[in-house]
Amino acid sequence: MFAGLDPQATALVLARMQFAFTVSFHFIFPAFSIGLASYLAVLEGLWLKTGKPLYLDLFRYWLKIFSVAFAMGVVSGLVMSYQFGTNWSVFSDKVGGVIGPLMAYEVLTAFFLEAGFLGVMLFGMKRVGRGLHFAATLMVALGTFVSAFWIISVNSWMQTPTGFEMGPGGQFLPGPSWAAIIFNPSFPYRLVHTVIAAYLTTALVVGAVGAWHLLRDRTNAHSRKMFSMAMWMAALVAPVQIVAGDMHGLNTLEHQPAKVMAMEGHYQSHPDGAPLYLFGIPDDKAQRLDYAVGIPKASSLILKHDPNAPLAGLDTIAPENRPPVWIVFWSFRIMVGIGFAMLGLGLWSVLARTRRRLYEWPMLHRAAVVMGPSGFVAVIAGWVTTEVGRQPFTVYGLLRTADSVSPIAAPAVAASLLAFVVIYFAVFGVGTWYILRLMSAAPEPHEDGPEEDEQAPIRTAGITPAHQPQGGVQ
Amino acid sequence: MIDLTVIWALIIAFAVFMYVVMDGFDLGIGILFPAFAPGEERDQAMNAIAPVWDGNETWLVLGGGGLLAAFPLAYAIILPATYPLIIAMMLGLVFRGVAFEFRWRDPRHRAFWDMAFFGGSLVAALAQGITLGALLQGIHVEGRAYAGGWLDWLSPYSLLTGIGVVAGYSLLGACWLALKVEGSAEDKAFGFARKAAWATILLMGSVSLATPFLAGQYFQRWFTEPMIYWLAPVPLITGAVAFALLRSLGKKHAWRPFMLTLAIFLLGMVGLGVSMWPWVVPQSVSIWDAAAPHRSQVFMLIGVGIVMPLILAYTGWAYWVFRGKVGSHGYH
Ligand code: HDD
Ligand code: HEM
Ligand code: HEM
Repeated sequence: MFAGLDPQATALVLARMQFAFTVSFHFIFPAFSIGLASYLAVLEGLWLKTGKPLYLDLFRYWLKIFSVAFAMGVVSGLVMSYQFGTNWSVFSDKVGGVIGPLMAYEVLTAFFLEAGFLGVMLFGMKRVGRGLHFAATLMVALGTFVSAFWIISVNSWMQTPTGFEMGPGGQFLPGPSWAAIIFNPSFPYRLVHTVIAAYLTTALVVGAVGAWHLLRDRTNAHSRKMFSMAMWMAALVAPVQIVAGDMHGLNTLEHQPAKVMAMEGHYQSHPDGAPLYLFGIPDDKAQRLDYAVGIPKASSLILKHDPNAPLAGLDTIAPENRPPVWIVFWSFRIMVGIGFAMLGLGLWSVLARTRRRLYEWPMLHRAAVVMGPSGFVAVIAGWVTTEVGRQPFTVYGLLRTADSVSPIAAPAVAASLLAFVVIYFAVFGVGTWYILRLMSAAPEPHEDGPEEDEQAPIRTAGITPAHQPQGGVQ
Repeated sequence: MIDLTVIWALIIAFAVFMYVVMDGFDLGIGILFPAFAPGEERDQAMNAIAPVWDGNETWLVLGGGGLLAAFPLAYAIILPATYPLIIAMMLGLVFRGVAFEFRWRDPRHRAFWDMAFFGGSLVAALAQGITLGALLQGIHVEGRAYAGGWLDWLSPYSLLTGIGVVAGYSLLGACWLALKVEGSAEDKAFGFARKAAWATILLMGSVSLATPFLAGQYFQRWFTEPMIYWLAPVPLITGAVAFALLRSLGKKHAWRPFMLTLAIFLLGMVGLGVSMWPWVVPQSVSIWDAAAPHRSQVFMLIGVGIVMPLILAYTGWAYWVFRGKVGSHGYH
């Protein structure tokens, strides 16, 4: 596979594959738990406000799922925080003074908050009372958001670095203002777009679970409630996400034009109006888009709000600074396609509401089930666009990926990559299966929480007074 | 003027210490896990840490993230130098972390996840101990980078420190269990605590004897005048604490064995500090060589000053919520 590459280039490719693999796996879980933590807080809040047991049932139902997803997010995240050192040590040495503090703030303000209150959220309802328990749920939800804030700031700084000074030997040093580093130009766009993405991802999962159980039993009040809540999210937030994505793209055009050229498949410059390609097979060698199908002048219309505005292409970028087009072009289309599909589902649900068929339209429910995992696909596709599109740099325009990597020999990286692939698929595959099994049980009145789940009777014994001596012992 | 670099070295040492003792007892319980009978005993042991393990592990993220932030050069040298160990530790922690949830989700494969819990904990503890030894025995640095091979860390000495950490964590875990569980599990915990205490004392003693004979400053630091007078109390007090620990375990005190074990770890940490000072990578990179820019130090110090007391407060609260014996009828 790497024939023709020298050992150093092989080590670089392997390190990139390892980072991409582990971070993509990691992000799947936060994308779900950022949204789910907020959803749980909403459910618990509604329960406290209305006193309806239905909300408590739903809360407990999703809390069990949350506990499994969160554990996987934590352990995969732990791996990430050490990868900068193991595999990107030169990067860490050069950039640590700038991004290190932001990541330290993430640990201090987010991870401890989540972890500290998680135990109370999962097992403490009977020990601390409702008010404090709700506070713990809110803290966990807040923690997930704060975590996103800092890590997105780090990533955005790497995409659009500002507020730094160059030290001797290519060291990046913080300038006088930390705000200039944290609130770098792409940060607000990326944060908004990513957090909305997490909410949408979660809404589609919740909607799919509701729909799945409605297909079995359309009278189940719990399934109805969660399906309805999720469809409101899709209908209201998908359009917002499309607008946010558009603004994000304009921001990227300003700061990382080469990335947008790759997203759009614009190898050549278009002096009088660039077409919007819907389809094409990028050919990086020939720098040409084969079998292109496009709408004339539409790209200039979207990006410049003027159909005849000139748009530069990759031919204006030095060859050694061009990102690979194929991946970026297609991952971007996957994300945008899914974004519009989500919008379609949301609008369909509104139509169903106006016809009073929200719970009686099996086609809609089937569509919602099919769309269940789409958020994860869109989120990964979005990150691939972002990260591959900024190649060949880690700090955009300033530090090359090839100059960031650790001096680790290729066999060592190959071995670790193999270990990650095998273990992640096995462990997180099994975890995902457990989650699916939890989802396949219909939500019911008097739902048990993780503390009194019948499959975990002794935990009951351990953490709450209710004891069920019969089960659980193997 | 106060030297922020020294303050940061102390903060990182504090984070590492917190990690070692807090996740130390989690990992120790994992290492002892197979010795407990499936069912009641194991379930109690698991519940003794289920609500707090995530918070305990977060100190490791602070240790790593803090090192990147405060001593980026050290982070950039130590992690590549111990690459296979770090990867093994991470994968061990993956198994350990998911086992907490998975074993309840799948009673039919509970035995498998219990073994994953054990194996993950053991691998993580061993990797951490070997990393410590690898650091102490020295790392080959050229310029600003690690310049050795990918198995340089492996030596009899680093294996000794590896086993030592496994024993020490087992001791912590057994003492914590003795506090939290009841019945046959409690008796077993005391039994393991005694064995682990002996193992820890012997291994700690061997490491302390071996360290001065590694190349480097250690011999000079400990055995020349006037240092020897200043430092002699460290091993002497450690010996006294170890004696008290063994007695206290014999009398089956509740809190005392755990607190005495903490004291032993603290003394070990002090000894380590004496040996290492002022290096962060012994003999090649001092804390000042590795320090982050002044502005980074100041910015983070503000965060630590404000947030750390809050963290300690709500972490303490979470422990308080789940205080007392796990028991088979809930906390009393
Ligand atoms: C549910 C997930 C989801 C959906 C439906 C969309 N996106 Fe997205 N997108 C993301 C999830 C995401 C993301 C994972 O959150 C990314 C990766 C990095 C980032 O900032 O957000 C992203 C990146 C990203 C970028 C790259 C920006 C950069 O890194 O420079 C652009 C231009 C867009 N998106 C635009 C859109 C548009 C026009 C959409 C409308 C259909 C859209 N996205 C839907
Ligand atoms: C969680 C969502 C993320 C995903 C899915 C993601 C995805 C990727 C992918 C696919 C690559 C490989 C690019 C390539 O090799 O062409 C990559 C590289 C990288 N990313 Fe990200 N990324 C994410 C977040 C982050 C964040 C938050 C940071 C910074 C803190 C970051 C820093 C890096 C670095 C340092 C590399 C390695 C150098 C490189 O190959 O570009 N990533 N990421
Ligand atoms: C390379 C980049 C990243 C690193 C180094 C990283 C690091 C970590 C670590 C160490 C944890 C575990 C915390 C604990 O022990 O409780 C974690 C969990 C988490 N991370 Fe990441 N992370 C990265 C990317 C991201 C991104 C891009 C997001 C969100 C936008 C994110 C959001 C979260 C959240 C919400 C959690 C809580 C656990 C969960 O729900 O999965 N992370 N991350």
